[in-house]
Amino acid sequence: MDALILQVLNGLDKGGAYALIALGLTLIFGTLGVVNFAHGALFMLGAFCSVSFAKLLTISERVRDESVTFFEAYKEVPYLEIWWGETGKSIVDWAVPLSLLLTVPVMLLVGVAMERGLIRFFYKRSHAEQILVTFGLAIVLQEIVKSFFGANPIPLAAPAALSGSADIGSLVGLHGISYPLWRMIYFVFSLGVIGAVFAFLQLTTFGMVVRAGMADRETVGLLGINIGRRFTVVFGIAAVVAGLAGSMYTPILSPNYHLGMDFLVLSFVVVVVGGMGSLGGAVVAGFLLGILQSFASMTQVKAIIPGIDQIIIYLVAVVILLALPRGLMGRRGVMEA
Amino acid sequence: MSTVTARPGPKRELLTLAIFALAILTMPIWLAPIGAGYPDILQKFAIFGIFAIGFNILFGFAGYLSFGHAAFLGAGSYAAVWAFKLFSLNAVFAIVFAIAVAGIFSLVIGYVSLRRSGIYFSILTLAFAQMSYNLAYSVLTPITNGETGLQLSGGDPRVLDRALFVTTSRLQPPDLFGIALQGWSGFYFCAVLLVIAFYVSMRIRHSAFGLTLLAIKSNQRRMGFTGFSAKPYLLTAFVISGMYAGLAGALLATTDPLAGADRMQWTASGEVVLMTILGGVGTLLGPVIGAALIKYLEQIFSSFNEALLHRTFDFLPGAADDVVTAIFAPFVGEGWQLTLGLMFMAIVIFLPGGIMEGVRRIAGASRRQRTGSSAAAREVGRRIPAE
Repeated sequence: MDALILQVLNGLDKGGAYALIALGLTLIFGTLGVVNFAHGALFMLGAFCSVSFAKLLTISERVRDESVTFFEAYKEVPYLEIWWGETGKSIVDWAVPLSLLLTVPVMLLVGVAMERGLIRFFYKRSHAEQILVTFGLAIVLQEIVKSFFGANPIPLAAPAALSGSADIGSLVGLHGISYPLWRMIYFVFSLGVIGAVFAFLQLTTFGMVVRAGMADRETVGLLGINIGRRFTVVFGIAAVVAGLAGSMYTPILSPNYHLGMDFLVLSFVVVVVGGMGSLGGAVVAGFLLGILQSFASMTQVKAIIPGIDQIIIYLVAVVILLALPRGLMGRRGVMEA
Repeated sequence: MSTVTARPGPKRELLTLAIFALAILTMPIWLAPIGAGYPDILQKFAIFGIFAIGFNILFGFAGYLSFGHAAFLGAGSYAAVWAFKLFSLNAVFAIVFAIAVAGIFSLVIGYVSLRRSGIYFSILTLAFAQMSYNLAYSVLTPITNGETGLQLSGGDPRVLDRALFVTTSRLQPPDLFGIALQGWSGFYFCAVLLVIAFYVSMRIRHSAFGLTLLAIKSNQRRMGFTGFSAKPYLLTAFVISGMYAGLAGALLATTDPLAGADRMQWTASGEVVLMTILGGVGTLLGPVIGAALIKYLEQIFSSFNEALLHRTFDFLPGAADDVVTAIFAPFVGEGWQLTLGLMFMAIVIFLPGGIMEGVRRIAGASRRQRTGSSAAAREVGRRIPAE
């Protein structure tokens, strides 16, 4: 029983990341009708926003290390620590959560620039061409990141207070299930972001117009609403969501330049399993596949079906696509073929 | 986009074939001035040309974008190396075996994937290719030798060689009835197969089967109304293009008897898509040109480094040399992928029809100048709306 709960927990953080990326993909597909193969790259850019932010905070000065008395030793001390002492130290420690301050505006800018600069020319082109041009863009983005940050993964630590394990089990009356705290935080964070996106779409006038545009773009346009501008904003939001997902994921998985490609393929599978164009489906499928993947990597399961952990997601996608042509929660008439 | 024309006469076909064969076989001569006159790279042109021609049969003729074709290339490589190990070092045997294995493999994957079309088809093929790639790295290690890659070894049984009393030394590369397939003979072997592959694809394009594929591409639903079931035609096209990929994989293994799982990775699938697009989707010649161009540029760009750039721009005055070098440095050597990505985007944005479309436009423009406005009107009517 404990093992089962642990596996479910294991799947939640990864599932959260899948769900956030898939949510963005679905938003873009549902509003603009564009298949965005560069969405994984946006996730990766988010992660590197955190890396840059952490680097920025730890711009250091070489000072004499007083604790070493036998010989002259030097250490790097961040300026923040020199200026503000303990406060500065804790700011450096909280670099990853604080980096969201950088991630949000940067990703919004990137998203809007991408839509205005490239994607809008591809609304009327075929899906194959959209896939190809965004695939090219993804290569370009990841190569740019590679040339700045190198090819090796860059580790980032969660704040010291949040990097331990917590006895999650005691909350639900089971003891002895301890689990890394940051992963739980990531899960809650992803739920929060998903909630915010849904609230934005359901509760605001802007969101209502967007939903109307998703249902019937032409009619909304005829009503005198500039739907194009709203959709640009939606693309920006999708980019921000992917960036946030990547930014907060850095303590769990050290980012490197091809992080985006790894997640992209899986996220597409998630979107298809959830049902093209269904936001709820993307979220449900994201968590479902994350949990399934963690179950498949249990040693007991691997003993029965060797290698299942490597292919489970793709296998599920194949089965779902063949059995349920619209995915789990796909709407009728959206991309049925 | 592609105009469906009546089948050209056999004379015309033979003429095309003769010109193509002549151009391919004399590549060592006319490509020497641009620094591609050596067998290693020409061999790559030919092998990836075959791969792209095969891919074009599915994507260009039938309009189905597969994102998992590298799986068949990888399967062909593995099959060929196994044929070398188990049966014989003769390349013919390995190639036949690899084509058969890739054919069966693509029959299975095609049968399942072709139940859907459009983007779903792309994702299904991508899923299958990723599955093959992951399995090749993990569970199938006894067959694929995991990360190390499958290699020949002295202890291989080579039953056929032994039965026919062909003596093979411990670590000898594959051959063709005793002719070593290294260097120039290796290139000519691949080149002859490329010419055959081109001829087969031309015959397919001009056959009733090829026209059916084109019709499926232009409107599958209408094909259904006329009583055609598209599925068997599509599956045939899928298997044929899978076999082409298997042939290419076998040739890769023949010229360098080592098969690794990275040949199956989806970036490799993306590369063949780019080759086809760059040359011209649906054209006969385009994929070959695209494949050669990409492999050529890859060679050129990745061999450059900063020192070499400095030497190239030496003729510029001091500071300008540094500036120009700094501008070009991110795009060469390790940064070749960046150039590839930019090229990919530029082609899709500005020239969706690829190089062949560009040639046609230039030819059309010069003809228009001569014959007046009637041709111009036709050209405008055919142009794709920009937005």
